Amino acid sequence: MTVTAVHKDPDALTMTVDAEFAASAERVWQLWADSRQLERWWGPPTYPATVDAHDLRPGGRVEYHMTGPDGDQPRGYWDVVEAEPPHRLVFRDGFANDDGTPNTDLPGTESQVTIEAIGDGRTRMSIHSIFPSAEAMEQLVAMGMEEGITQAVGQIDAILAEDKVAQG
Amino acid sequence: MNTATDVDRVFAALADATRRDIVRRAIDGEEGVAELADHYPMSFAAVQKHVAVLERAGLVTKQRIGRRKVVRTNLAGLRVARRLMDQYEELWRGRIDRMTDLIADTKETHA
Repeated sequence: MTVTAVHKDPDALTMTVDAEFAASAERVWQLWADSRQLERWWGPPTYPATVDAHDLRPGGRVEYHMTGPDGDQPRGYWDVVEAEPPHRLVFRDGFANDDGTPNTDLPGTESQVTIEAIGDGRTRMSIHSIFPSAEAMEQLVAMGMEEGITQAVGQIDAILAEDKVAQG
Repeated sequence: MNTATDVDRVFAALADATRRDIVRRAIDGEEGVAELADHYPMSFAAVQKHVAVLERAGLVTKQRIGRRKVVRTNLAGLRVARRLMDQYEELWRGRIDRMTDLIADTKETHA
């Protein structure tokens, strides 16, 4: 199992996923820093990603589009906030309009990636995601979703199985 | 598509107080955009734009009743929202699986 821990905090609107790889920190960094490698994991098999621009420096931007089974091509971008190879990457992941300009109606998710060697040729990668607003989550809770979110933490496998069935 | 896109669309749609209010009012499904606009100190066009954001997030739909078009909250859409955080997790699990495969591939090439 590569994913070693998942922590969801609906109050803080954050989720952290920890993973370990049998590889060096430099090798794991390349998954992000090499656009051809990024294309091979960012999109799900049904929505493969194509990276159109890739400037992984603070203030830089990564632009991509995905291609869906019906030929639809949603576009997205990252605004790179921090980039310290091979240990840290912070970016805001947003949506773009058809012409590639950021869609400002839809605030994105901030992701903080940390990559550190843990010995024995292994590396831990942690993805800390921050959702756009507490107000939004409060609203989800107010609409009766608190139970669902809390229960889900203990019932991840069941829900994933159910979703897989639902998605065919 | 159940991806981060859906998560962010729903969160973004609900991040605005006016849009949350529209979602509540539209549960009854009796008002069109013009009637909804009467509740808010803003233009018809502004309310129309809020409704469009909610529509794209799957939280409301427009339905024709006779000659009128009413805005109705999509309760199924709200139930979907409950699972978004879990789906966001699933998205990252998939990505990490692909990362693992990619690292394994490069090792075989170099061996």
